[in-house]
Order: sequence, then structure tokens, then C-alpha cells
Amino acid sequence: MSAALHPGPAPRARDLILNGIFGENPVFRLALSLCPAVAVTTTVLNGVLLGVAVLLVQVLSSLTVTLTRRWIHPRVRIPIYTIIIAVWVSVIDMLLAAFTPALYAQVGLYVKLIVAFAIIISRLEVFASRQPLVPSFFDGLGMGLGFLLALVVIGAMRELLGAGSLAGIPLAPGKPLLFFALPAGGFFSIALLMALFNRIERQVTGTRAKAKGGGHG
Amino acid sequence: MADPGKGRGFLREVLLIAFVMLLALLIAMLLGRIPGAHGADTDTAAPRIVSARVVAPDHVVVRFSAPLSRTDAANFRFSQEKAPDLPLPVSAVQVRSPGRIELTIDRPLRAAEHYRLEVLEPPLARAVRPSSWALLLTVVLSSALINNFVFTRYLGLCIFFGITRKRDAAVGMGATFTLVMVTTGMLSWVLYRFVLRPLSLSFLQILVFIGVVAFLVQMLDTVLKKTHAGLHKKFGIYLMLITTNCIILAVPLLNAAADAGALESLALAMGSGLGFAMALFLMSCARERMELARVPASFEGLPIAFALAGLFALAFMGFSGLDFMR
Repeated sequence: MSAALHPGPAPRARDLILNGIFGENPVFRLALSLCPAVAVTTTVLNGVLLGVAVLLVQVLSSLTVTLTRRWIHPRVRIPIYTIIIAVWVSVIDMLLAAFTPALYAQVGLYVKLIVAFAIIISRLEVFASRQPLVPSFFDGLGMGLGFLLALVVIGAMRELLGAGSLAGIPLAPGKPLLFFALPAGGFFSIALLMALFNRIERQVTGTRAKAKGGGHG
Repeated sequence: MADPGKGRGFLREVLLIAFVMLLALLIAMLLGRIPGAHGADTDTAAPRIVSARVVAPDHVVVRFSAPLSRTDAANFRFSQEKAPDLPLPVSAVQVRSPGRIELTIDRPLRAAEHYRLEVLEPPLARAVRPSSWALLLTVVLSSALINNFVFTRYLGLCIFFGITRKRDAAVGMGATFTLVMVTTGMLSWVLYRFVLRPLSLSFLQILVFIGVVAFLVQMLDTVLKKTHAGLHKKFGIYLMLITTNCIILAVPLLNAAADAGALESLALAMGSGLGFAMALFLMSCARERMELARVPASFEGLPIAFALAGLFALAFMGFSGLDFMR
């Protein structure tokens, strides 16, 4: 998936974070973990909550895998990674339920489903299981930030168009376009944003790069 | 289905899936009979309530083991199980035969809803549960159409967009998913109801459910490889993709959140599986046509697929007002 980064000398922190946000943005570029990207982004705050949850799970499981990998037999690594992710998801799930009950009531199911996100396990497999502690931390941080950013952008677009507000503060006067708050609006918002990403990419690089479908979770 | 061997293979697959579903249904109905599975029953007094059932949108038929002394409307109290403090008005009571009474309720009743009937004299109470078939049908259809996993709950999107380029693959995937969803859904229900909840270990549900999914998929893979090599060759790749998939995991999580009974869990698993298979099939047909269409360069590939899914989602909104038990 990201063969360019490794093996070899450990990349710099800044490059790793930028790679997560732009080069390999989990949602817009890799088309991974799309389910929550459509589901919880009716408002900015929902997007932020899930984005933060994913960020924490990604960083914490990256660190856990880096620290414990010498004891993990390669043949059973995938089940072990899954268990590590499930433990951290349970922890974050309970923390969010305790401290942000109102928001959690809307996105609770999707927080639990972080355990099945392909992006997290693929970063563990591709990066954290081979690189030292510090780059793994920054790689996790970059991927998490990329996901958070994508959710905030989609959430902002849908909330602004669908409800005429941003993070609960009314901004746009007049009647909002309810369509964007509906399930169908979520699909269309992502379609538009992905097309925009493709267009920018094409103008910057001059090549025809497409967001690749594939992966699962 | 040009060559006959392929047709026979397909028939065998369908039969196998139907057989597993039938088996699951039988197990669920047996489990429903276990007394602990539904919470305690309270009827022990002399004239017992034998059965109480919603038969029409405003009628409840109650059967007693002995005739009642008082049969005026004020003797009965009927309420929703969710809101026991708000009784629904009983407007008329008709005695059909000594032990059989028909209540007319002034509010529209729903066949799949849980109600509670109380009699003041003699003091009796009983939960009015929906009939198995009404419940099964309602939950299956509503989880397949109204709350379609893909188009209204946005689950399984990655696999949805990944696999719908070819129609054959989409059909195979839909069948495999339905099968795995039913089996994992029922196994996790048993674990949740009889192990996790009694021991107050609900906080372990994520770990346990993902373990169940991984275990079952691995087992299915091994068994299929030995017994149905041809089937395994066809479905094997999909099986491995399933292990960590949100759509499989969502079924037990939703069931645990709703504290559903055996039959409800089975119906949810079946309905969501069928809904997902239908979504895969529809989308793969549309995307095969899309190959021939001229798409703006920026929209090529995934963006246009998302727009297509949006159109399907709009169409599925038409189901949202559907009520099957009119």
C-alpha cells in the first residue's frame, strides 16, 4: 500500500504526518474506513468525536505493537493485532460513553466498529510492526489526523448545507438543504469531495490519479 | 448459466444456505422456549391468562384458563411495555366464550410491539408478545428495506464498493455474507445472553464478538475446504475478507444494544444479510452499465460509484414509511 516509505532509514516526523493527511489520506486517497465517514458526519462535532477516537486507537495500538512485537510470533500476528485493537477500542468506547454521553448516544455503534477498521490494522501490519517506536508514533498520528481532517471536512460541508450551522452555531440564513443531512446526501458529499481531491491531484501532478477502491473494513 | 454443471452448483449453494437458515430458525425457536430466555413470567394465580395476542390493529384476544367474574372495561389495563405508566384506553370488552375475551383498544396497535395486559380483579398480569411469525416478518423486512445496512446505516461500504464491479462476485459475496451473518449473529446472541450478561461482562462484548467472528469464519473455511472443495474455491477468497468486517460485527452489537430475543436476533441477522445481498446485486448491475458511460475525468472510479449509491439511498428512502402489519 505504501511501499515507498519502507524499508530503509526511518522517515522524518513531518513527512510521516503530511503523508497521513495528504499523500495517503485514509478516506479520500485510500478509500478505507468509509462507513463512519458517511455515517457520523451529519455534524462537525460527531465527526470530531469519531476522528479523535480513531486517532487515539491508532496511536495507542501502534505504540503497543511496536513495544510488544518481539514477543509476537509472525504466524499469529493478525489475531494478536486484532485483540490489541479491540482492547483499545473497548477502553476508548467506555471513556467516551462516560465523558461525552450526549454525543456518544448518536455515534456509539460506530465507535465500537472502529475495531473493524481496515486502516488501523493495515498501518500496524505495514508500518508499526517494522519501524522503531518514534516513527510509528508519528505515522499513527499522521493517519489519525488525516482521518480526523477528512471527517471534519465532510461534517462541515454537510452541516453547513444541511442544517445551515457549524458546530451547532447557526451561520447561514434561510432554509437549509435538508438533502445533505439525509443518508443520500452523505454519499453525494463524499462523491463531490473525492472528485475535488482527484482534480487537485491532477492539476498538481499533471497525471491522472484515481482514488483506488479496495481494502475492506 | 450456460453450462449445466454451474447451474447445479448454484442450486446446491442456495439449498445449503436455505438449510442453514432453517436450522438456525429451529434453534432460535427452541431457545425461545427456555424459561430464562425471556425474563420471569408472573402468572401463577388460579384463573391464569393462557395467551394474549394482538390480532388486529385495535383488537386483543385474551384466553383465560377459567371464566372471569368481572368483564367490564375498567377491569382491564393495557399499556406498552416501554411506557407502563400510560395505559391505552380499553373501549369495549366482548366475551366470546367462557374463557375467551376480546378487548377493543382505542389506539392503533402494532403486531411487532410488546405490550402488557393487567387485570385488576383477580390481580393478573401478562406481557403481550408479538406472534413469532409477525415478529420475524416485520424485523426481516424492516432490516432489509427500511434500515438497509448499506443505504441507510452506511455499514460495509468498503466491501460494497470493492466487490460490486462484477455481478458474479457480488452474488457470491452476498450469499456468503448472509450465511456468516446468521451463524455469527446466533452464536454471539447465545454467548451474550447466557454468558456475558448474567456475569455482567458486557464490557467485553467487542472482544468476544470479534473472537466469535474470527473463529467461525476460520471454522467455515476449514470445513468447506474438506467437504465442499468446489464451493470453497468459489467463496474462499470472500471468507477471508469477512473476518474483520464492520457489517458482520454490527449484527451482534445491535442485538446486544437492543437486548433482543432469540427470534429477533435471528430475524435481524437474516434481514440485514438479505438486504446487503440485495444492495450488492443492485449496485453491481448498475456499475456494469456504468462501464459504458462517459464519466467526467475527476469522477472516474469511486466518486461516480458514490453518487450512484446516493441515488440508490434516495430510492430506498421510499421504504421508510412502510408498515407491514396493517
